[in-house]
Amino acid sequence: MSHDISEENLPESHGDSHGHAVAVHDDPFADPGLPVHEPRRTDIDERAAKRAERQVSLMFVVSMLATIGFIASYVVLDIDKIVYIFPLGHVSALNFALGLTLGVALFCIGAGAVHWARTLMSDHELPAERHPIEADDEVRADVIEQFRTGAAESGFGRRKMIRNTLIGSMAMVPLSGVVLLRDLGPMPQQKLNHTGWEAATVQKPLQLINMNTNEPMKPEDVLVGSLTFAKPEGLEEDAEDFQVQIAKDALMLIRIAPEDIKDSTSRDKGFEGILAYSKICTHVGCPISLYEQQTHHALCPCHQSTFDLADGARVIFGPAGHPLPQLKITTDEQGFLVATGDFDEPVGPSFWERKR
Amino acid sequence: MSSTSGATTSASKPASTRAKPANKGEAAVDWVDGRLGIYTLAKSNLRKIFPDHWSFMLGEICLYSFVIIILTGVYLTLFFKPSMAEVVYHGPYTPLEGIRMSEAYASTMNISFEIRGGLLIRQIHHWAALVFVAAMLVHMMRVFFTGAFRKPREINWVFGFLLLVLGMFDGFFGYSLPDDLLSGTGIRFMEGAILAVPIVGTYIQMFLFGGQFPGTDIVPRFFTIHVLLIPGIMLGLLVAHLILVFYHKHTQWAGPGKTEKNVVGMPLMPVYMAKAGGFFFLVFGVISAISAIATINPIWAYGPYRPDQVSTDAQPDWYMGFSEGLIRVMPGWEISVWGGHTLNLGVMIPLAIFPMVLVAIAVYPFIEGWITGDKREHHILDRPRNAPVRTALGAAWISLYLVLLVGGGNDLFATHFHLSLNSITYFVRVGFFVVPVVVFFITKRWCLGLQRRDKEKVLHGRESGIIKRLPHGEFVEVHTPLAAKDLHTLTAHDQPQPVELPAETDENGVARKAGVLAKTRAKLSEGFYGEGAQIAKPTAEEFREIESGHGHH
Repeated sequence: MSHDISEENLPESHGDSHGHAVAVHDDPFADPGLPVHEPRRTDIDERAAKRAERQVSLMFVVSMLATIGFIASYVVLDIDKIVYIFPLGHVSALNFALGLTLGVALFCIGAGAVHWARTLMSDHELPAERHPIEADDEVRADVIEQFRTGAAESGFGRRKMIRNTLIGSMAMVPLSGVVLLRDLGPMPQQKLNHTGWEAATVQKPLQLINMNTNEPMKPEDVLVGSLTFAKPEGLEEDAEDFQVQIAKDALMLIRIAPEDIKDSTSRDKGFEGILAYSKICTHVGCPISLYEQQTHHALCPCHQSTFDLADGARVIFGPAGHPLPQLKITTDEQGFLVATGDFDEPVGPSFWERKR
Repeated sequence: MSSTSGATTSASKPASTRAKPANKGEAAVDWVDGRLGIYTLAKSNLRKIFPDHWSFMLGEICLYSFVIIILTGVYLTLFFKPSMAEVVYHGPYTPLEGIRMSEAYASTMNISFEIRGGLLIRQIHHWAALVFVAAMLVHMMRVFFTGAFRKPREINWVFGFLLLVLGMFDGFFGYSLPDDLLSGTGIRFMEGAILAVPIVGTYIQMFLFGGQFPGTDIVPRFFTIHVLLIPGIMLGLLVAHLILVFYHKHTQWAGPGKTEKNVVGMPLMPVYMAKAGGFFFLVFGVISAISAIATINPIWAYGPYRPDQVSTDAQPDWYMGFSEGLIRVMPGWEISVWGGHTLNLGVMIPLAIFPMVLVAIAVYPFIEGWITGDKREHHILDRPRNAPVRTALGAAWISLYLVLLVGGGNDLFATHFHLSLNSITYFVRVGFFVVPVVVFFITKRWCLGLQRRDKEKVLHGRESGIIKRLPHGEFVEVHTPLAAKDLHTLTAHDQPQPVELPAETDENGVARKAGVLAKTRAKLSEGFYGEGAQIAKPTAEEFREIESGHGHH
């Protein structure tokens, strides 16, 4: 072994001769100065250095192979091929192969470079001086003087009229940019106050259409304990503004035995215990979709506002600020459930103009 | 000076005062230098010294994940269609066959199922975004707890803070783009929050969405914000951040040979070019492998967005989780003001606390600087224990963040740990106020305990594990004295003294009143550095006394 280690590579032996032995006498905590460099195995043993070199190159070679693997996977594997890989389960073969080969190709370049730096590049710690960030007094005085000269030559401070009109024009010119934003959207007007149900009148009521069957419903279709989602008659999924409409018109229908309904106004708005509430949460507008038939509680899955549907949709838990609006319903001549007008109040999250 | 030498040679051929290049490479660089002056730029930077510590590479993770996001993001724009026009799906993913969806969603499906490698790039993009924000937070913790934000680096701290906030929001805009059921619910939440803004809320909502929710404008508008506006600003801030890191030179830990006036480490070329350059590939490689193994944001499983549909377990990406917590645990206060106008405090208060939680980070360096009155530059890092109040404040902030994160995932905690959702919510309501205070005091105590241990170590040495029996029968453990470098390292820190109020009477004996601000500052300073806020570090006298005492044992 030792014959491989050339003498001149060996570090000089260092005793306690330097620095701190002296320092201890006056200040035991004094800075002993930079420690002496400890050579690494690769610094003194040429065979270790060669070995490190081969390791670094090996990683770069693995990276090349992985890139070839990436291209091969791209060409060979079908995009819809699903394979079972323990413990991941069924995964896309292509995605798995591409991701892993790319990962290996990149990682090995990094690992090789870092290994190279750690074993073969010099690890002598070097000090570099810092200089204060702030300028010295001379530079400071010089710059301030230059600025004063420039300011005086411009007359900015002296010619007040130029200064003031410049400030005025600069303050005004961005207004054009603000004005240009006007057509980003329409004014709110009454848009948030009405829903698609406003088309319903006593003379021309709108049927409640079951979202699942796309058919109108009779009272006997709505069973006690069930939860049914409904939309107004005439609102079709392929309509241009379907998303905007359904964001306000969506209903949830439940049926409670009339004697269990605690709120008489709510009972009167319903039909034989069938109550139609807005599906849109009054907190920030998520659709409410969880209903517990025993307690008559409806829960919004987004922020857990909980409403007691037997008590006028009173908020019993969570961050919602007011009950869900209820739509007054009845039946038409054929016996289908209909609405004869809009909600009494805006649906969805509250807003500044909303009347309480 | 060069004009004389130029004049002598110009007779025969056109002048260049420069020495002849040794080879073609040098000649090429000379050409560039003649136009860009790169030699002058490289002179102080090529062998620039960087100190070595594992925590200094956290910032690199941020930088590299940002680069990865840009690269993969550009690829995604080649295929993504930022449009809310409605199409009917016909594609390889049969569960959605014949379903109506926006072009944004359909093109994301296309990227995931029909473009080879498209899914991988999407996953890398999303994973890198999560890593980016996480790395920024951890990097900021490193800077915070070591006091690296002190003069002259306060402005760079603010740049970093802005990058964090912009990164969070760009993430939100990004995951909103596919227009799937989950992200659409996130946008709906944003709309509800905007409506809660007093007076102008409905106008902002109408203008942002180009009409009523959801409309057809929001995805294309978010797209421009996501791929152009915010990344553009971030790129500028990032460059400024890095220039300042170079300009200030990196901070370093206390140790032998390290002072406020130097920086000790290894040169940029070659060591850090290899280490930092290699680290980019390590980060990219790991994120690629994660993207191969772990699915993130499987939009096909959520389905396209419909305002009347929702899935349970709806959660934002983790970095928005604390705002979700705020909104979930807030009681539903709604009041009537100004003749029937609605003030939705239940949404407005969380909306106001959200930025305050963040701004607290941004302003901290300036507050601490004001309290300490310290105008010096600091390049030697504090060990967290040696700044107990700062460390305790940081820990309290983190605990607040975590409490809110629990609040944001209250449904998941309830279902996974079989707890009452309501109880978790009540716990978070109380915990919001109590937990940070408790954590503050525990952390401060802890730091003081560690300071005591350091002092003990300096004065009595390290426990050697060797037990010695003395002639009279007593057993003692032999302590090994610390080496000079350790003695220095453990005692190198400053122990600032609290600022004092100016004397109550001035030099002429006239009474002088201290203002409220000055009094507050003195009080805070007392809290930071006064009695009970630090353990006096060992003095040379104490050390020598014990050293000489050893002989008498």
